[in-house]
Amino acid sequence: MQLVLFFVFGIIAVAAAINLLAQRHPINSALSLIVVMASLAALFLLMGAEFLAAIQVIVYAGAIMVLFVFVIMLLNAGEEERTPGSRVAKRLGYPAVVVLAGVVAWTLLTHNPHPVPVNLSGRFVGSPTAIAQLIFRDFLLPFEVTSVLILIAIMGAVVLASPVGTAAGPGSPEQPPAKREG
Amino acid sequence: MTVTTFVVVSVIKIVIAIMVLLAAVAYSTWLERKLVGHIQNRWGPKRVGPFGLLQPLADGLKFILKEDLVPPHVYKPLYLAAPVLSLSLALTSIALVPIGNWVAVGGVYTPLEITDVNIGLLILLGITSLSVYGVALAGWSSNSKYSLLGGLRASAQMVSYEIALGLSLVGVLIMSGSLNLREIVDMQGGHLVGWIPRWNIFRGQIFAFFIYLAAAFAETNRVPFDLPEAESELVAGYHTEYSSMKFAMFFMAEYANMITVASIATLLFLGGWHGPVFGPWWLVDILPIFWFGLKVFAFIFLYIWVRGTLPRFRYDQLMAFGWKFLFPLAMANVLVTSLIVALQK
Repeated sequence: MQLVLFFVFGIIAVAAAINLLAQRHPINSALSLIVVMASLAALFLLMGAEFLAAIQVIVYAGAIMVLFVFVIMLLNAGEEERTPGSRVAKRLGYPAVVVLAGVVAWTLLTHNPHPVPVNLSGRFVGSPTAIAQLIFRDFLLPFEVTSVLILIAIMGAVVLASPVGTAAGPGSPEQPPAKREG
Repeated sequence: MTVTTFVVVSVIKIVIAIMVLLAAVAYSTWLERKLVGHIQNRWGPKRVGPFGLLQPLADGLKFILKEDLVPPHVYKPLYLAAPVLSLSLALTSIALVPIGNWVAVGGVYTPLEITDVNIGLLILLGITSLSVYGVALAGWSSNSKYSLLGGLRASAQMVSYEIALGLSLVGVLIMSGSLNLREIVDMQGGHLVGWIPRWNIFRGQIFAFFIYLAAAFAETNRVPFDLPEAESELVAGYHTEYSSMKFAMFFMAEYANMITVASIATLLFLGGWHGPVFGPWWLVDILPIFWFGLKVFAFIFLYIWVRGTLPRFRYDQLMAFGWKFLFPLAMANVLVTSLIVALQK
């Protein structure tokens, strides 16, 4: 039963990932990515990581992809255009994918000759408590450093996005829209 | 329990839950029209049946019989998928809401919910966080400026308020130490002092409760945060281009989401199905469900009351309120609660 489910969600994930590349419209690609995220969550659940599965749906499918869709809607992005560059990408891209997949497979097989079989029992081992102890005790420093890194990235994005001289700050508050009388 | 019994019991529970939910949705619309009518010194529906009680049936019939129009300028696959997505997610979330204790019916011992999950609350939040797609995609695929603006507003608003909503629940989770809704409710049985029940709202989570309430209004796109469908500026927002049953599906989703949000508030802050239980055995079995229903009803009533009372926020006010007021307050609540819990240990 677990094996059947694994294959069902694995095939859905791979099919959605291929569809993501094949679709010409960005919103369809974004939706395919959501399907990939959701089926990955199902795979996590099969491996017993219930908390990770829920977080995968809440954070990736529910928050990050909403922002992707939001940006696509805001930019009103149209269909992908074919340029001379895209032909070059096609010529080089397919062989590159094969080479990359080969390298990854080779590395996995040589460096890990006796892979541990994945536990598909559906028994839940990755409880919130276990994950919290890993993050907030064993790996506290890397976790905090990562959060500082993300904070720096956010600040950089804000600085880059605001045009010089008009950065909204305490000095130049944004004006509320003017009220119309009558 | 054998597999066959499990499947049969589950199917029966699913059918009952969906029927009850849809009936509750239908009568929430009646209640809303009736109450807002009385608030505005009108009668509300009163022609169809006694007190207009058959109005939801008439509405449903009208929606089904209306011409199902698909405007020529829409992006059809997503235009058709959006209402289905909204409604199915809204109906799915009820599967995780426990409405009472375990019961024994005909020798089968079963919890009064469709499924009892370890991380029920997280899954509920996950489903809620996905429901923004229905609205956003409806707005985008309609290919009309009003719909697009409505969809954009909805996605920005729901993502922003989800943070305050999630953080407001953290205090309760710290206190109960579980993500299982049933365990959270079980923690709230009994009394604090005298007759005051041991509900989380009386155990210091009162700020969290009001943060949750405000964020929940925004999550379900209700007045005073119904910017995505502000009639006075956006015609009808994201569902401007929808008609007949597809339009109705958005409304059913909205009311089902209201009921889910009210159920979560009841379970986490108001002690779930706990309440005075007395009388013969059949009353003892029924009273918890009655208390649960009464608390959810009180929330729906509050929703409608607020709708009839408050004006709509301006969009920048909405964002400022969410990010500059609710979010820091929720954060402070998490800090104070965790400090107190840590000191008590």
